[in-house]
Amino acid sequence: MRFMMLMIPKGYEQAAPGTMPDPKAVAAMMKYNESLQRAGVLLALDGLHPPSEGTRVSFSGGKPKVTDGPFPEAKEVIGGYWMIQVKSKEEAIEWASRCPASDNEVIEIRQVHEMSEFPPEVQQAAAGLRGTGKQ
Amino acid sequence: MTAATELHRSDTQKAIEAVWRIESARLIAGLARMVRDIGLAEELAQDALVAALEQWPESGVPRNPGAWLMTAAKHRAIDVLRRNRRLARKHQEIGYQLEAEQKAVPDFETSMDDPVGDDLLRLIFTACHPVLSAEARVALTLRMLGGLTTAEIARAFLVGEPTIAQRIVRAKRSLSEAAVPFEIPRGPGLAARLSSVLEVIYLIFNEGYSATAGEDWMRPALCEDALRLGRILEELVPREPEVHGLVALMEIQASRSRARIGPSGQPILLLDQNRALWDQLLIRRGLAALARSEEITATPGPYALQAAIAACHARARTADETDWARIAGLYAELVRLAPSPVVELNRAVAIAMAHGPAAGLELVDALRSEGSLENYHLLPSVRGDFLFKLGRLDEAREEFERAASLTRNSRERDLLLDRAQKSRS
Repeated sequence: MRFMMLMIPKGYEQAAPGTMPDPKAVAAMMKYNESLQRAGVLLALDGLHPPSEGTRVSFSGGKPKVTDGPFPEAKEVIGGYWMIQVKSKEEAIEWASRCPASDNEVIEIRQVHEMSEFPPEVQQAAAGLRGTGKQ
Repeated sequence: MTAATELHRSDTQKAIEAVWRIESARLIAGLARMVRDIGLAEELAQDALVAALEQWPESGVPRNPGAWLMTAAKHRAIDVLRRNRRLARKHQEIGYQLEAEQKAVPDFETSMDDPVGDDLLRLIFTACHPVLSAEARVALTLRMLGGLTTAEIARAFLVGEPTIAQRIVRAKRSLSEAAVPFEIPRGPGLAARLSSVLEVIYLIFNEGYSATAGEDWMRPALCEDALRLGRILEELVPREPEVHGLVALMEIQASRSRARIGPSGQPILLLDQNRALWDQLLIRRGLAALARSEEITATPGPYALQAAIAACHARARTADETDWARIAGLYAELVRLAPSPVVELNRAVAIAMAHGPAAGLELVDALRSEGSLENYHLLPSVRGDFLFKLGRLDEAREEFERAASLTRNSRERDLLLDRAQKSRS
């Protein structure tokens, strides 16, 4: 099963555009990432630019509305993620616990939906996403 | 005990299982280097696990659970070696060596840090040693390197727990009887030993990918176990092109998992799959692994060739865009490298797609007269498909019915009987 570990650094919601991570923290994080890789559990990972450089598209009233960051109402924002493949949620928790995160950081662990979990009608709807497959 | 503490206990137990999953291979590998016997090493690791199960619910999971388990196992090793008079001087020496080692390096984490990769590699090569049957290698590898319990392995292979337990016990005994050294093979023997390791990993993957028996067409957990082992091996021996080739092959095949099973569990064949459901993350990983393999060598081995074939499918946006001529060429290379009637059968399929069913039928008929695939359900299944496309429906129906009678997988049987039904003119 797959889990996404979402890194939520407190304060990142207000970080200025162009904010770069601290080299020391990056070095420690690289070691951690390597340990995930060596254990064969890491599928993907990425770090994200601060929300002050981001844009939100909202759909109130059925119409897309574009708002540039920063977003004053956001209390928590995502700074990056890891996608891992493990045997259980507990294993994901164990891996997250080993992260050399700092005081202001939180990791949220979320399981990725598998197709097989969906009821047949949802699977049908997903399979209806044809067009690229052979008819 | 209150419900809350009971809940807490079971949470801790699950946490311990997770730690075990992560740490057990390194633990067993490190211990095996010291005691030179993977059976004993595994028992010591198990003892440490039992100690953790007793103590952690009270004390909480320690900050560095791997180091805790290693320390506990080492203490246990010294106890066992001291007490057990039957063990000869050789073991006594190891006991002294262990004590000296513990005094010299109190920080187990650093002592474990460096040679860990080599220990793991030794463990993989030992568990996959050719003196063992393929079945035994698979069981031992899942147990020692995958961190699976005997019960989990039994469930994965749809056999009783005692069968797997016996298999593991016998495998360990065979290893000590054959005095298999705990080492990384070097020189000319390495290639054969590595191919034995790759074979085990791919066997595990395939049992998950197209279950040979039972109700389910796929058992994804086994695929994931195999992929995890393959990815670990890639990190341990990054200069071996076939390791990357195997990982590439498994990643790309696994990328189709979602698309190859219909909502009611029926298998969907590659060309009928909805490619929008293919997992692009795994495809990307697979293509990257294939590129790593191709960077190391210009003469791909059997796994890299199979991965290259899988990559042809992965790169085609629609089934019609598939480069069948290239696939047929890759199969021809594969036949040269590792001649096998199954590969020849696949080549026939590619040739039929590139040059029409009559060309494919010619090859299949040659295979049929050879007789080596007599009881292999895919031969009549493929032949039936060619005949169907040529409009020879009665013959096609017979072949599909014959294929259905040969397969052991019930889902596949349904699919074949359905095709037989559709061949009624």
